[in-house]
Amino acid sequence: MASLKDLRNRITSVKATQKITKAMQMVAAAKLRRAQMAAESARPYAERMAQVLGNLAANLTPGAETPRLLSGTGQDHTHLLVVCTAERGLCGAFNSSISRLARDHARRLMAQGKTVKIICVGKKGYDVLRREFRDQIVELIELRGVRQLGFENAEGIARNLLGRYDAGEFDIATLFYSRFRSVIAQIPTAQQIIPAEIAPTEAASGASADAVYEYEPGEGEILAALLPRNLTVQILRALLENAASEQGARMGAMDSATRNAGEMIKKQTLIYNRTRQAMITKELIEIISGAEAL
Amino acid sequence: MATFQFDLVGPERILYSGAVDAVQLPGSEGEMTVLPGHAPVLTTLKTGMLVITESPQHGKRVLVRGGFAEINATSLTVIAERATPLEELTPAIIDADIAAAELLYDATDDYDRKLEIEGQIAQLREAKVALSF
Repeated sequence: MASLKDLRNRITSVKATQKITKAMQMVAAAKLRRAQMAAESARPYAERMAQVLGNLAANLTPGAETPRLLSGTGQDHTHLLVVCTAERGLCGAFNSSISRLARDHARRLMAQGKTVKIICVGKKGYDVLRREFRDQIVELIELRGVRQLGFENAEGIARNLLGRYDAGEFDIATLFYSRFRSVIAQIPTAQQIIPAEIAPTEAASGASADAVYEYEPGEGEILAALLPRNLTVQILRALLENAASEQGARMGAMDSATRNAGEMIKKQTLIYNRTRQAMITKELIEIISGAEAL
Repeated sequence: MATFQFDLVGPERILYSGAVDAVQLPGSEGEMTVLPGHAPVLTTLKTGMLVITESPQHGKRVLVRGGFAEINATSLTVIAERATPLEELTPAIIDADIAAAELLYDATDDYDRKLEIEGQIAQLREAKVALSF
C-alpha cells in the first residue's frame, strides 16, 4: 500500500497538471474567439468571389477555350492531396481525424492504381502520414512562425500548387481541412480545388445573372486571372476554418482533461483520507493494547 | 443625386459598404468612374487609388492592389486583393511595397511580367506622392 507521502505527492502532481490544462483551455478559448472572427470575416470575400466566378463560368461563350484550371487536364492519373493540419498537438482528435480522412482517400486512390502525391501543411499531419506514405509526400509546408494567418500565406501555397500544376505534376488536387461548424463540432472535409468546382449561383444572384456583362479585358483573360485568385481564396478559407477548428478542438480536449484531473484528485483524496484514518486507528489500537498488557 | 450600392470587400474583411454617388476605379484598361445606372461590366483592377464619393465634397480614398470590380446598374462590388484605406496608409507601408515589387521585378525574366510590375511600382510611387498632400 502506498504511504501517505506517496499519495500526497500524487495529488500535488495531478493538481499541477490540472492547472496547466485549465490554462491551456483558457488560452484556446481566447484564441478561438479571434480565429472564429477571422474565419467569419473572410467569408463574404469567398462568397462574392464564388458568385462572380459562377456568373462568369455560366455565361461563358460555348466553344471558347476554357483555362485548364477550370476544365482540368483531361486525365485523372495523378492526384495531389493537400492536407492541412495544426502545428501543435494536444487538441483532441483534430489532427488525427483530418489525417484519417486523407489516408482513406489516398488508399482508395492507390487501390484504383492512381498515383498519389501529398503536400502537408502543418507538421502534425506530416508526422502521422509519414509512417504510411513516406514516398508519396512531396513537401511539408510549415506555418509555425505565423502569428496571424493572412492572405500572403495562402498565396504562397497557391503559387506552389500552380507551379506544380503548370509543370504537369498532377491532374487533380484535393484540399483536406476541418470545417468549423461550432465549438464542439468540427467536420473533416475534402474539397477538390483543381480543377475548380463551381457551384451554380443563378438562383442566388437573381437579376445580375441575366445581365449581359461587358468584359474588360476579355472574358478569357478575366477568367484566367480569376481562377488562381479563387484558388488562393479557397486555401485561405480552409486555413482560417482550420485555425478556428483547431482552437475549438483544443478547448474541448483541455476541458475534458481538466475534468478528468478533477475526478482523479477527488478519488486520490478519498484514498488519502482513508489511509490517514486507518493509520490513526492503528496507532490508537497499539497504544490501548499496550496499556492493557501492563 | 441618385446613389447606388457599393461594397468593397478585402480578403480579411469588408472595408466599405453603403450608398455612394460615384466611385472612381483603377481599371486594368484605364481609370473609370462609375455612376448610378452604369452598364454591366466586369473588369480587373490594377494597383491604384479608388476614390469613393459618398456625397458631393465628401469621400474616401482607398489604395487597392489588384482585384475585380463587378458593375451593374444598381450596385458595384469591388473584390480587392489587398486594400488599405488612406487613413491607415503611411509612406513606410508604400515604401515596403515598392521594395517588394522591385525584388519581384529583378527576380523575373518574363517581359510581360516585368512590364506589369513596372506599372505597379509607378502606381505605388504616385500613391505615395498623393499621400504627402
